[in-house]
This record gives sequence, structure tokens and C-alpha cells, in this order.
Amino acid sequence: MKNPFDTPEREEFRAQLKAFVDKEIKPYVNDWDEEGKIPWDLHQKAGALGVWGFGIDEKYGGLGEDDNFLRAIYNEEFAKCGAGGVGAAMGGRMISLEPIQRLCSSEIKDRVLKDIVTGKKGSSLGITEPGGGSDVANMKTSAKRDGNHFVINGSKTFITGAMTSDYFVVGARTGGSGLKGISLFFVEAHRDGFSRVPLDKKMGWWCSDQATLYFDNVRVPAENMMGEEDKGFIQIMENFNIERMCMCASSLGMMKVCLEESIEWAKTRETFGKPLIQHQVIRHKLANMSSKIDALEALVNNICWNMNNGEVPVAEISKAKFFATKELEYCSSEAMQIMGGAGYLRGNPVERIYREVKVMAIGGGSEEIMRDLAVRQMGY
Amino acid sequence: MKILVPVKRVLDYNVKARVKADGSGIDLANVKMSMNPFDEIALEEAIRIKEKGNAEEIIAVSIGVQQNQETLRTALAMGADRAILVVATDDVHNDIEPLTVANILAAITLKEGPSLILCGKQAIDNDFNATAQMLSAKLKWSQATFASEIDVKDDIIRVTREVDGGLQTIDAKIPAVVSVDLRLNEPRYASLPNIMKAKRKPLEEINPADLGVEITQRLKVIETKEPDSREAGLILENIDQLVEKIQENVGG
Repeated sequence: MKNPFDTPEREEFRAQLKAFVDKEIKPYVNDWDEEGKIPWDLHQKAGALGVWGFGIDEKYGGLGEDDNFLRAIYNEEFAKCGAGGVGAAMGGRMISLEPIQRLCSSEIKDRVLKDIVTGKKGSSLGITEPGGGSDVANMKTSAKRDGNHFVINGSKTFITGAMTSDYFVVGARTGGSGLKGISLFFVEAHRDGFSRVPLDKKMGWWCSDQATLYFDNVRVPAENMMGEEDKGFIQIMENFNIERMCMCASSLGMMKVCLEESIEWAKTRETFGKPLIQHQVIRHKLANMSSKIDALEALVNNICWNMNNGEVPVAEISKAKFFATKELEYCSSEAMQIMGGAGYLRGNPVERIYREVKVMAIGGGSEEIMRDLAVRQMGY
Repeated sequence: MKILVPVKRVLDYNVKARVKADGSGIDLANVKMSMNPFDEIALEEAIRIKEKGNAEEIIAVSIGVQQNQETLRTALAMGADRAILVVATDDVHNDIEPLTVANILAAITLKEGPSLILCGKQAIDNDFNATAQMLSAKLKWSQATFASEIDVKDDIIRVTREVDGGLQTIDAKIPAVVSVDLRLNEPRYASLPNIMKAKRKPLEEINPADLGVEITQRLKVIETKEPDSREAGLILENIDQLVEKIQENVGG
């Protein structure tokens, strides 16, 4: 079936990414995941493809325009490498780049933006705190003005890419309680009083790092405050919509891997005198998986089109996010059932994707928060 | 210097070729097509020569159906400066044979004036390995085939060739036609900004008649069939058994 939103450029971008993932990632991904890291030159190779240039000015090495379909294609095709940790290890940029370009001073942008876009340096967004993940309004990290500086105190956790990032966009309280008292700060990793500790072993995303950040009287120049004082979180709320749409696209890529691996296995594995794929019970599983993939794909396309046309369909994005992860859970579980014992062995993409469902269902807005947000958007 | 790079649109190397039911060829309807991998290597080399300051312009040419413009867009996204599409047929199954391709390329060469033509050594669909050689004969230019290393210096191109006995290095006088082998380089991926910029690069569409070339097919495909499936092998215990088997089968 033709995708009505395809253009020659989008198709070409997808083809290039597919070739890149097949050649530069897939053959090594299992080793990287076991080792717990990806080589830094992958950041630079991906940067050279231009995958972090969406909405970034050309003078900083960006694309000079934005297209949510291209963002979705990037997330879907990278997810097809079969290890979510690869995208996560590099993807801290995705959620911190746009705020840096939009809200940082030109001095900071000239100094850092190109290096981040080209994959030479890493950046992360630090919002979540040890005291509460989804409860951002309750943020405890503080920033107090001291002459021409701000002094930051507090901690952040579950920050993706943080062990290797050079730059951070950090939320800290400058005003009263609630979302309206939070400002954003650009913090370089070399600042005195900044330290980081990697999170211990995780269920999935092994080849990416997540860390806890500590700010112990970290002094940053006042010009490192990004955008308006006390309006930090509100200024980047729209970015969470893009992040969630991208996570839907990643889930889509993972679901497609589950289906493809299931089909490949079912074609060759014989039971009771015929290939698995000839058994009705297996055929029904494949049909169900495939229909869910079609549904999510149509939904993601529709959301991308709306976002490209200036809409911010918060309710639909929220619903898509938990729909995507519930269906990912279904597809990875069914793929495991089809593969049986072979799927249970470590080192195959289905086993890994099965373990990575939860980071998708919890991270970037948990399924529960997404449902609540959707109903709130419905007016209740 | 201008460099001309012919690029062919072929069945993607990852796709399993399927023989058409009537045995007249490979089924190319609704299958993924992409740039012939050897042509990709030729294009990459042309881009590197240009990046070193030894060429000013790269022209990509593709001969075939209308959809070949997708292949040319890829070439433009990789780094070709402009493209020429020669619409020679409206049937994707109609493979334009090497002599006709060489005639078309010779005509384009006279029109565009490149001093170097970099070709893939063969297309992965019909494996002819003939166009570059025929083209150099048509143009009466130097030729160097199966290049694994290329170095351009003034009007001399030094080419290391992969030949049966090993490597042979020759100097050819420019203008020249060079066909490239697998190990010459690793083609780059087209970056997203370059994919977007390729939209704005010129792609000219012409017909063979515009070049005064007639499409004549001299070759006829008699039959296309799947290769015979390989039969299971035998594991033997020792050399004596092996000798015995050889005698049985060959008659010693």
C-alpha cells in the first residue's frame, strides 16, 4: 500500500538510513549491547547523515527546516537495528538541541551547537529528579542568583546519555512553587561542583548510559539561563510532543522487527510435519501483529501531518504514545511465543525488544500519565 | 575537468531475484530497485577527485525508464552536480544492451565534453562488463578497467588494476574511460541536507533520438531459469575413500 505522505526526499532518506543501519549498526549491535556502550565514532557517522539537524539553522550544520515525517523516519529506521540502546545513547541530543538553539545566547550557540549537531559532542536534557519522575511541577533542584551568576543545587536522575554528554539543559527552580517557577540553564560538564554517577544495571537499553547528576553549588554565568526566568518548563513543553511522536515511531520500528523476525523463523522452523507459518495459530498471530503495525503507522503519519501543519494534537499524541507501547508489548510477546526457546536465548533482537518495552512504556511520559493527559484534553 | 558517471538502475542487491513465469527474464515489477553498486563506487571516486580539487563538475547519466530519475536523485544527493536522464524505454524489463548504451554515452560525451568517464565495471543484473570497453573504443580514448586505486595528475590518470595475477599499475592519458572494481572505495551515505539540496539540482531529460542514437537490440534472451539446486554433499572418513569416490565418478 502506498504511503500518501511519501515524497522522493523522504523515501531517499529512509533508504539511506536503512543502508546505514544494516551496514554500520546491525552487525555489531549485539556486541555493543553486551559491552554496554557504542563507539563514539557512531555519533559522528550518524551526525554526518544529518539526523540531528531537524529545525536547526544551516549555519550550525542543521537542515534549516523541519519535517516531522523525517524525524519519524529517523526514529523508526534506527529502532530497526533491534537495540533501543543505540538510539538512546545518541538521542539525548534530540530533546536538548532544539531548546539550545531557541533559547541560548548566540555566544553559547556559536560555541557548541555545530559540535552537537555533527556528533562531535553530546548533550542531554536534565529534568527528572530522584524525588519524582512525571511530577515535574514538584521540582526540587534550585538556582539562586548571586551577582552575575546563578548557583545551582540539587540532583537529576535517569538522564540519558549523561555519562558521555558535554553539555546539559537543566531545569531548576528560580521562583515559586509549581511549573511556573522553573527556569532552564545551560550547564557545561566541566563546571566545578558538577558530578555524575551511572545508573546500575538496567532491564534494557544496555548500550546506552543513564546517570544521576549532582549539582553542588555549581556556578554558571547568568547568561547561561535559557529564555525567560521562571518560564523554563513551559518553554519546552512543546518538545515533549515531538519526543512522544518520535517514541511512537521507534515503537513502530521495533514492532516491524518483531513481525519480520517472526516470519523468518516461522518459514523455516518445522513442527508436526510442516513449517510453523502453515499453522493457523501462528498465522493468526502474524495477522494480528501486522494489523497493529498498520494502525500505528497510519496514526503516526496523521500526527506528523498535523504537526507539520502547525497543529499540536496533544490528545492524539498522548493516545498514540500509550497505544504504541501497548501494541509493542503485544507484538514482542507474540514474537517471543512464535520463536519459542530460540527467542529466549540472549542475543536476538526479539528477546532484546521484549526487555525494552518497559522503557518505552515508562519513559517520555508513562502510559498512565498519557491516559490522564488524553482525558484532560477531552475536557475532564 | 568534467567527469561523467553513468549509473544504472538495477534490482537491489538485497532482493532475491525471481524468474518470471514465462522464463523471459527476472520479474522487476514492484521490487526494490537501486543504483548498481559498482556505479556507486565510480560516483564516490568522482566525488573524491572533485573534493581534491582535480575536477569542477560531475555529471551523472542514467539510461532506461522514467523511474531512473530516482537513481539520479540519489546520485545528486551523494554529490553529482547535475544529471541527465535518457528515457530509452517505457518497459523496466527492457534491458538496453551495452553497445547501445556505449553509443548513447558517446553522444553525450561529445555534447558535454567530459575528460574522464568513470563507470562501474559491470552491472549486477546482466554482468556484461562491456560498456566501458566499448565506450573507450567508440571515443578512441584511453581505457583502464577494474580500478582498485586511482590517482589523477594533470593529464595522466594512474590506475591500479585488479587482474588475475595480482595488481597492475598503468598510466593512461586523459581523456580516458575507467571502469572501477569493488575495492576502490566505500561509497558515502547521502546526508539529509544533501538529499534536500538534490531537489534543486538540474536533472535534464532527453530521448535517444535527441542524440541521434537509435535503440537497436541485437541480443536475444533465449531463456532465464533458476540455477539448479545444489545436492547434499558427503563427509568422508579419509583420503582413501576420497580417491575411491573420485575414481567412481570421474573414472580413473
